[in-house]
Amino acid sequence: MKGTDRLRFALQALTRHRLRSLLSLVGMAIGIAAVIVLTSLAEGARRYVTQQFASIGTDLLVVLPGRTETTGAVPGNVGVPNDLTLEDAESLKRSIPAIEISVPLTMNTETVAQGERRRQVAVLGSTENFLRVYSLEVGQGQFLSTQDAARGGSVVVLGAATARELFPGENAVGKVVRIGSWRVRVIGVLASKGAQLGINMDEIAVMPVATTMRLFNRTSLFRILAQLSPQVEADETALQVIEVLKQRHGEEDFTIITHDAVLSTFASIMNALTFALAAIAAVSLTVAGVGIMNVMLVSVSERTAEVGLLKALGAGPRQILGIFVTEAALLSTAGGLCGLAFGWSIVALTVRLYPALPASPPTWAVVSALVVSTVVGVLFGVLPARTASRLDPVEALGKG
Amino acid sequence: MIRLQGITRTFFVGGQAVHALAGIDEHIRPGEHVAIMGPSGSGKSTLLNLLGCLDRPTSGTYTLDGREVGSLGESELTRVRRHLIGFVFQSYHLVSRLTAEENVELPMIFAEIPRGERRRKVKQALEAVDLTDRADHRPDQLSGGQRQRVALARSTVMGPRILLADEPTGNLDSSSGAQVLGLLEDLNQHGLTLIVVTHDPNVARRAQRTLVLRDGLIVRRLQAHEIGNTLPFEDLPSEAAATPPDSPPQGEEGSVEASPAGSES
Repeated sequence: MKGTDRLRFALQALTRHRLRSLLSLVGMAIGIAAVIVLTSLAEGARRYVTQQFASIGTDLLVVLPGRTETTGAVPGNVGVPNDLTLEDAESLKRSIPAIEISVPLTMNTETVAQGERRRQVAVLGSTENFLRVYSLEVGQGQFLSTQDAARGGSVVVLGAATARELFPGENAVGKVVRIGSWRVRVIGVLASKGAQLGINMDEIAVMPVATTMRLFNRTSLFRILAQLSPQVEADETALQVIEVLKQRHGEEDFTIITHDAVLSTFASIMNALTFALAAIAAVSLTVAGVGIMNVMLVSVSERTAEVGLLKALGAGPRQILGIFVTEAALLSTAGGLCGLAFGWSIVALTVRLYPALPASPPTWAVVSALVVSTVVGVLFGVLPARTASRLDPVEALGKG
Repeated sequence: MIRLQGITRTFFVGGQAVHALAGIDEHIRPGEHVAIMGPSGSGKSTLLNLLGCLDRPTSGTYTLDGREVGSLGESELTRVRRHLIGFVFQSYHLVSRLTAEENVELPMIFAEIPRGERRRKVKQALEAVDLTDRADHRPDQLSGGQRQRVALARSTVMGPRILLADEPTGNLDSSSGAQVLGLLEDLNQHGLTLIVVTHDPNVARRAQRTLVLRDGLIVRRLQAHEIGNTLPFEDLPSEAAATPPDSPPQGEEGSVEASPAGSES
């Protein structure tokens, strides 16, 4: 039996049982659509995270106080970690040429008020270089100047959302807000940027680092961000940072995070997520395959008489097998293509509704979904097809 | 053409051995027209299926065109069915989703005959049964007689040597039946060996000879003129008919030995 003839025969059989074919087709389509949608979402999430990191630059070192890794230190020998100080930040910049700028950062949550309006806001203390490290831009007014940072003046730059909520419909620049018990002048408003590394940059207030230290009565830093010169090995510089700070603190009571390390951690989390979703998708594919098997089994038992007749007309077992496998393959491939279209439109709709999520089906998912749908269809089609090919023609005909 | 020697066929139904054929010896020459008669359950259909290589004997030898069927593999049996044998059934067995011409084309598709040649042969075959104008009709758009003629065209399109017809006129009114019989006889005139299973004495009378089956055995061999208007087995003694089908007839040791279920009792 030639391929085209078999295809035609299988198509005729499928179109005859429209509803049944349609149902199993839908089953397969849903399976494939699930694969496409789930992997697209995972891919979108992965890209979102990657973009977030890309926006703060790949050449950033972050120093935070305290060891996050447990070491095999003898108990009793572990002291309270020293604070990270402004001096630490300055000494890094001074002693390591590879560090272009070193940005100290404090963070406290405080109530920012304007008249009756109050907001709980993350108040960051930093320097003029804060903008550059986080790739932020000023929307109105200006950012902290070098003099502001040095003098520790009572000035603040508000995030876009904070400014909008405290001064609805007004220009906040030049107005005065209360932060804690202090009266502080607004000198600028950041351009809207959204969440970045877990901090929503629209809902912050940035003040000179010295001002926040006095305001909150603290000398410790939350982070030191070190921007590296271009073409500098982050790992090497990290070692130099460790040396400098160890000398100053007498022990290694801080943690250094390189951008690459964070990124690869996130990447591995996202990969795990993607695989988990792919596994879920695989289950739905299997279910779809079982659906196709059921349809084919029903089809075989309903067409017992036909199988007997085909045998009497000179069809060999291989030809009968071929006919039923072709039907299964056609069903699952058509279902796969429908599912692909369906899944794709869901993803397109999601992207339209949530433009921030750059979801799109990964190529491997599309290809494997199509391959798997066909393979699953054929595999699950073989069992009923074998049943058909082994039918005893005499008994089969008798049922007609 | 066909030589049967000591053919038995035993089925097992719920662990019980049923001897559908209990020892058939027969010789059918090429170009013969033979009718097979007998009451229900006498083994007519089983014999027809064996002759058509749809089934294999439990014991005995079946020689078809010089080849011993029992020794043929599945693919060779398929080839024999494809090229040597044509089937016509009482209920036509047309594939209902296919048109008349597609039904006729079907055996040639399995034989992998090129498309152009298939077209030509389908046209010829439908012409021969006078259905050219119904070529693109589906079975449910055809009358019974027309359906049987499509089935006949399908069974002969591969140019078989033997045509096996199981009650070909059983579902037809007399004029359609006569038309189908006429076509069958035409084919027989042109050298096709024709074997017809029938209940109808009028059909049997048109065959050169008739085999009467009862309880898996040929009990009578009649010439056409010996067939009256009644069924040729109604006058047989009734004890044989009263024998339960699962107890083997006396003197058929061979078939008893061939059934493992028999040794259990």
